[in-house]
Amino acid sequence: MSAGDLREQVREFLAAHDPAASDRLEFLRARFDAGLAWVHYPAGLGGQGLSRSLQPVADAEFAAAGAPTNRPERNGIGLGMAAPTILAYGSEEQKGRWLRPLWTGEEIWCQLFSEPGAGSDLASLATRAVPDGAEWVVNGQKVWTSSAHVARRALLVTRTDPDVPKHQGMTYFALDMTAPGVEVRPLRQITGEAEFNEVFLSDVRIPDADRIGAVGEGWQVSTATLMNERVAIGGTAAPREGGMIGTVARTWREHPELRTPGLHDRMLRHWADAEVARLAGARLRQQLAAGHPGPEGSAAKLVFARLNQEISEFEVELGGADGLRYGDWTMRRPTGADFFGRDPGYRMLRAKGNSIEGGTSEILRNIIAERVLGLPPEIRVDKDVPWKDLPR
Amino acid sequence: MEGPAPVSQTTTQAEPGRAARPDQAAGHPAGVPDLLYGETETQLRSAVRDLLSDRAAWPDVLARTETADSCDAGLWHTLAADVGCAGLLVPEEHGGAGASVREAAVVAEELGRAVAPVPFLGSAVVATTALLIAGDGELLGGVAAGTVTAALAVPFAAGPGSRPAPTVRLVAPQDGDPAGTARLTGSVRGLADALPADVLLIPADGVPYGLYAVQAGQAGLIRTPVTSLDATRQLCDLTLDNVPARQIAAGGTAERAVAAALAAGAGVLASEQLGIAERCLEMTVAYVKERRQFARPVGSFQAIKHRLADLWVAVTQARAAARYAAACLAAGDPDAAVAVALAKATCSDVALKATQETVQLHGGIGFTWEHPAHLFLKRAKADSIGFGTADAHRASLARLADLPPAGGSS
Repeated sequence: MSAGDLREQVREFLAAHDPAASDRLEFLRARFDAGLAWVHYPAGLGGQGLSRSLQPVADAEFAAAGAPTNRPERNGIGLGMAAPTILAYGSEEQKGRWLRPLWTGEEIWCQLFSEPGAGSDLASLATRAVPDGAEWVVNGQKVWTSSAHVARRALLVTRTDPDVPKHQGMTYFALDMTAPGVEVRPLRQITGEAEFNEVFLSDVRIPDADRIGAVGEGWQVSTATLMNERVAIGGTAAPREGGMIGTVARTWREHPELRTPGLHDRMLRHWADAEVARLAGARLRQQLAAGHPGPEGSAAKLVFARLNQEISEFEVELGGADGLRYGDWTMRRPTGADFFGRDPGYRMLRAKGNSIEGGTSEILRNIIAERVLGLPPEIRVDKDVPWKDLPR
Repeated sequence: MEGPAPVSQTTTQAEPGRAARPDQAAGHPAGVPDLLYGETETQLRSAVRDLLSDRAAWPDVLARTETADSCDAGLWHTLAADVGCAGLLVPEEHGGAGASVREAAVVAEELGRAVAPVPFLGSAVVATTALLIAGDGELLGGVAAGTVTAALAVPFAAGPGSRPAPTVRLVAPQDGDPAGTARLTGSVRGLADALPADVLLIPADGVPYGLYAVQAGQAGLIRTPVTSLDATRQLCDLTLDNVPARQIAAGGTAERAVAAALAAGAGVLASEQLGIAERCLEMTVAYVKERRQFARPVGSFQAIKHRLADLWVAVTQARAAARYAAACLAAGDPDAAVAVALAKATCSDVALKATQETVQLHGGIGFTWEHPAHLFLKRAKADSIGFGTADAHRASLARLADLPPAGGSS
């Protein structure tokens, strides 16, 4: 199908469903059912098997008509990670049940992966799921869970067989966050607020019908989810000074009294590094558009984390006396980082998470060294040992 | 999961889906021009790499540094005339290839990878850019054909921004000089790629400031070879004593010619630095996979792996910066000055870092004359000064990006 055909299809849909006269949810559900939600998804699941590159065509047509959106920013994990995982590993029944309310935003998803004892070494996780008839009984604790306090469903990975090596004994589920035994507690961060949560699971019962993938296949399913996470973090097109550096550059221009020779050198280094990183991001997207994704994507997150940290540290120091003040330590419950609406102190502290969340910079360096450069893997003492016998 | 993708393949493969001349900014996010390598660029790279692997293997390059003939004239002739690299920037009407800085930058990458001792940068990029603005069709034709090698008489260390202050001046013509003959006296220190030049393009003070062409064999013109940190691009000091010359540009045109030549030199040198960095990364990755200590490859130690991962990340940034400079110079983009400053600042640091890591991670062998690491280290160090240090280029960003220094006003 051509872009023109798709545009025509959207116009016909809009003629039949006036956005101004429709209920928001009804409109979104109808858009999903018409195959105009994510056009690259299969027919019957919100799409029509078109090229992913046609999605912006449909989105632009809906935006021009003033149609309501599914507020994708509220459901980043759902749209970016849960949906592709369900599409790849879910049963037809599960796809039919979960994808529509996920896309419309009726059901927000979160990700129950990391645990207090399983961060970078996710495969060592200890949350147990034990079969009981047609159900599983789950006990354990998860951490660093963004949006758990607003989520209806969660991607959950558990230990189902402790007697085999760690990568083999895991099973993946979709968890109903309203089920008895699910307790969400805010996890306050160094910024003073709580984007993240701890989630305690006490005798939570999950129907076997909500298992995603085979029993023991949890690691493979998790890997698919995490690959989508790194794609999502790859970044979007921004103009020059469109990132954190823009705020700092404006401060530099507006406050000559803050300038020193040493700070000037750092200002120029940060500006050049940020602009080059922006160009590298543009080059990465050009490679993707040409159908030739390179391994450079794994570089982007490392650079992004380092720059955010260096630039925000610089910004606080540049502020001098103002750098001693902090906007607000009140415990609040935002659903994500806000690098543009807040003060430099917040940015400096929040950026510390950039080299930890979504894979630490150290793990990313391992991945680059092994998968891109082909260097020998780490010597592993835990790979063939049953999970229950691992030293803790 | 992606399988291993050896870095050696990343620069040799064409990037499918790219047009032969992919320099249209249209259709790219945020107005960034095409930063990928097109088909013609990839074919050119392949031809140059084949030639260099045959004729400029590092033992040959090293051996030549200890001879009197530091430039490989035979290799340069093949590259210039047979492969056609000398005329890349020259329009077809003057016998050139009518290509652009994008293609020249790819040649520079390959020459950097080989630390090849040929005056491509000085003649085919710097002097040619000056000749293009001076509009000297005759010299352009010779340069494009590979029969004339030209050099702009500026110090290799000349930084960005305005032209360097001339150290050569116009003196009175002598009796019997044909009409139009000028005479020049003075000296220039530390020229790159000038020893093999047949023609020197000399900026000289006078009324007005001018750019003059001088035949290298003229009486009174002396080129003294310099024992150079980078013996693969040997410098010379130039003195002129009443040397007859022909004016090829004057006043504003001459100033623009010199400024554009220096900008093209810095921008394309960034691609040479990218080539150095890539080659050093590949060489070092290959070595740490082979070299065993403590009964395991040293490349299995995380302390080594993380350093090389960081270097690979740095190379991805250098590549974006170098390609942006090449694309902007090729298109005459108004952002070219920013692009060149970004590229030279970034690639200087990355190439230097790559060669330092190469010496260190090769351990004992990397410190010896018998290993090529030192050739790359010396080239990278010299290149980091050539056409302006990283610091000098960042300083020009202060002006270009409106980030004034302490005490300066916005």
